[in-house]
Amino acid sequence: MLKVQNLKKYYSTQKAVDDISFEIQPGSIFGLLGPNGAGKTTLIRMITGIIFPDEGQISLNGQPFNAIGDVLQIGYMPEERGLYKKMKIGEQAMYLAQLKGLDKAVAYKNVKTWFERLEMESWWNKKVEDLSKGMGQKLQFVTTVLHEPKLIILDEPFSGLDPVNANLIKDEIYRLSKEGATIIFSTHRMEQVEEICDQIILVNKGKKILDGTVSNVKQQFKQHRFNIATDGELNLNSSHLYEIVQQKQDSALIQLKEGAQPNDVLQSVMQSGNRIIHFSEVLPSLNEIFISLVEATPSARQFQTVND
Amino acid sequence: MNKTLIVAKREFLSRVQKKTFLLTTILLPLLIIGLYAAGIYFSVSGNDSFKVIIADPGKFIDDTTNINDATFTYSNQPENEVNQQLTDKKIDGYIFIPENYDPLSKQAITVKSRKAVSFSTQESIQRKFNQLTEQKKLAQLNIDTTLYNQIKSKTKFDWVTVSDDPKQSGKINSGLSYGLGYGMGLFIYFILFIYGSMVMRGVMEEKVSRIAEVIVSSVRPFQLLMGKIIGIGAVGVVQFLIWAILIITLSTVFNMTIGADQVEQLSSVSAEVKETAITSFMKSFESVNVPLLAVCFLFYFLGGYLLYSSLFAAVGCAVNEDPQDAQSLMMPITLPIIFGIIILNKAVSDPYSTISVFGSLFPLTSPIVMMGRLAHGVPMGVTYWELGLSLLFLILGFLFTTWLSGRIYRVGILMYGKKITWKELIKWGFQKNI
Repeated sequence: MLKVQNLKKYYSTQKAVDDISFEIQPGSIFGLLGPNGAGKTTLIRMITGIIFPDEGQISLNGQPFNAIGDVLQIGYMPEERGLYKKMKIGEQAMYLAQLKGLDKAVAYKNVKTWFERLEMESWWNKKVEDLSKGMGQKLQFVTTVLHEPKLIILDEPFSGLDPVNANLIKDEIYRLSKEGATIIFSTHRMEQVEEICDQIILVNKGKKILDGTVSNVKQQFKQHRFNIATDGELNLNSSHLYEIVQQKQDSALIQLKEGAQPNDVLQSVMQSGNRIIHFSEVLPSLNEIFISLVEATPSARQFQTVND
Repeated sequence: MNKTLIVAKREFLSRVQKKTFLLTTILLPLLIIGLYAAGIYFSVSGNDSFKVIIADPGKFIDDTTNINDATFTYSNQPENEVNQQLTDKKIDGYIFIPENYDPLSKQAITVKSRKAVSFSTQESIQRKFNQLTEQKKLAQLNIDTTLYNQIKSKTKFDWVTVSDDPKQSGKINSGLSYGLGYGMGLFIYFILFIYGSMVMRGVMEEKVSRIAEVIVSSVRPFQLLMGKIIGIGAVGVVQFLIWAILIITLSTVFNMTIGADQVEQLSSVSAEVKETAITSFMKSFESVNVPLLAVCFLFYFLGGYLLYSSLFAAVGCAVNEDPQDAQSLMMPITLPIIFGIIILNKAVSDPYSTISVFGSLFPLTSPIVMMGRLAHGVPMGVTYWELGLSLLFLILGFLFTTWLSGRIYRVGILMYGKKITWKELIKWGFQKNI
């Protein structure tokens, strides 16, 4: 669907995006992660054609990306988003749809359909200034997907939404993805990424530092830790197979040593007379991976001089 | 539909559909006219309340019948009595004519007052006194009054400009040219300010409501900018039409009600005077090339609007939420407009002076200054090649400013939280990669 090759964008004080490449499969939900100021917004702005890359190629469905012609294919909800406050909601949705290139009749039909689906029909003649923040966000989501884009880019779509509305939007994202839309999801809220995304890349200081599916990434960063729980008191001692990281009365977290197999560990624990009711591998959360990868670098991005 | 037009349509409708639109359209010109009328009224009627006694105990003035009016009162009281009135604040001042006053001597006349006497009051006191003493002087010198009036009568002049074009030659009414040129220039001056700042606020709207990034992901920034300029320009044209219709209907109604009976009464009194005044005015109006003037006015109005509105837009996109930022950034734009109105003062009275020629060619001032020169007619006020050159410069000027502010706009519209200076704006305008 989308292929990005060696994308570069240098500003006078920063290498905002420094040689990033990735590919997104059609219909997948793709997580674009990174700390603040990592270059996510610059990357997205290049993909949406708002700014042009210094170097590198973007291709959409195998064709070189065309900032003007491909507008209809892309729906973008930026983090910095707003609405015209004095405009009526129906008119506003119509206006934004027409700006995407829909003609009036199609725009009207689509707005109607979406308003019905999200139970917003009564809003049509209200002004945006009458809406609550959450309602506004719902409207913003609708205006992003009105023109049935093939590629939907959402920057922090859930910030400020209550759980009910967040779920509503989440369900819509799943539905759009099932209908064949590709979704790029930019955030630094890791629990949402784990839940939603198929594939992720992690960007820091303008460079890609991680790329893969969520389960692959977790496998890649696993530390061979296991949870053990027993019925009754847990009798456990560190051995040549494992070390105890944390121990409670009836459960423990252990760290396997180099070369040790889970089966061997289980056997040795059972031989000690424990009645095991639970044994599972603990995979690191994306949050932990994110922090461990990013923490190595200064948290605030420093300004740098660019020689080109 | 073209996206520029979609944007323009929204900008237009969102302003015209506002409830206040019709109200401000009608009230604005009334306010401007009212302001000017009030200014003129106060400058003319400033010395109304000054009361002066002409103290003449020696009865120097024989004919006292026509002296007394709102300002002056004649009195035979001696100086100490009049002085008492002054200290009692019954009068503002007095002129004391000493006994045995000889008007031919260079003896000074004392005027005493409690407060500072304005320049115009001084003038009127001097005029009044000279009038009163004139007859005395003539009698003393044995000069016949009719003879004297004949000497004093002024020679009439006919100012005729000669042109290669016989239609253009003839008497010019410099009063008319002056008024017409000044009026049109002033009008364009207001237009530039009002619609320019309207465009600026319009551009700020996207940033203030934080919708800029959403919009520029579907429209090129230049399309958005042009859409705004065209849409707001269309609002201006509609306001023009409303004013034109208003003026035409008002003057028709005025003519129908007043014209019918009043003119008849007047004509019996001063038919001849009226006839000549009106016909000469109409004749001089005929000497004005109305179609050329109208076309040029429209052209300079549009050119000036496009030129300045794109500059105002560049300022608008650099402003965050603080209107104070806009104030300081607007300075370099408002200066040439004010400079234009200063040059206009010169251009209406002296269209071929160096500063007028410069001002009418320089695209930042030409929409205002050229009006002053054009009112004198072509080629009396401005030569054809100067007019052509000025139009060309204006077109080049607005192409340049829209190009520049289009580039500034692309960067500025996504820039948040930073206070921008003109230096940075110019840098954005000319940087290579965006």
